Amino acid sequence: MIKAYIDVTLKKSILDPQGTAVKKGLEKLSLYTEDVRIGKHIEVLLKEDKIEAAREKIDEMCRRLLVNFEVETYSVRFEVIE
Amino acid sequence: MKAGVIVFPGSNCDIDAYKVLEKLNVEVKYIWHDEKIDDEDLIVLPGGFSYGDYLRCGAIARFARVLENINEHIEKGKLVLGICNGFQILTELKALPGALLRNKNLNFICSDCNLIVENTDTPFTNLFKKGDIVNFPIAHGEGNYYIDDEGLRELIKNNQIVFRYQNNPNGSVEDIAGIVNKKGNVLGMMPHPERAQDKLLGGEDGLMLFKSIIAYFKEA
Repeated sequence: MIKAYIDVTLKKSILDPQGTAVKKGLEKLSLYTEDVRIGKHIEVLLKEDKIEAAREKIDEMCRRLLVNFEVETYSVRFEVIE
Repeated sequence: MKAGVIVFPGSNCDIDAYKVLEKLNVEVKYIWHDEKIDDEDLIVLPGGFSYGDYLRCGAIARFARVLENINEHIEKGKLVLGICNGFQILTELKALPGALLRNKNLNFICSDCNLIVENTDTPFTNLFKKGDIVNFPIAHGEGNYYIDDEGLRELIKNNQIVFRYQNNPNGSVEDIAGIVNKKGNVLGMMPHPERAQDKLLGGEDGLMLFKSIIAYFKEA
């Protein structure tokens, strides 16, 4: 089986008010950052055993539901599970 | 004219939408999310938090059985009014361009709101005058309308912006509060006209929107 770890994030051009609020929260703790962005993490377990096949499936899932390409983008990492 | 108000798990103001249409003598019924829309002339997608707003607002609702034939319905030229969550669903369906993001100030905003009527050449606004200021309530956490520059140019070129906020509460691009599709038969808006249907409830500016729809069908 293959586990896909998907990170869905707002496109760079989109303001992220959540990230800004967390940045300010960190500053209250004297923890200073250049930038904070918040996204979503989705884990999907697939019965496929080849990463290429898994990638195709995940790309379709992202295209059709998991990601709104008007404002979001995504990256995926795969792990083969024995 | 016949109207249907779609009810998802987590809808709200569906009863307000039903009541305002009933009050104006429109034949109206509720349509549950696992039923089918039929030959209704107007479909109202109400506000709320359909399917718990999981993943993204409106992202799951678009797979509901009741919306299976919504695109045919739109193509036929019948009317669809999406209010609040209904607007979010229409953008997820790609029936309207753009997306609704979290409010710029992160707050859930529940207040009255002045809007400027920008386009009266639609089935939803034909009784208003361009430039009218109307007061509708808003109640949303994700009403920050976003569209890229190219999309915005299209909206302006095709006169698709119907309502603008007088004082932008949520960070929406160009103060946009409501838009129609190119054909003009689908309106999505974050403010709630159905909640402004009676002076007892704080105002009745919303009535004009529903009366416009009725007038549109009378003329047709």
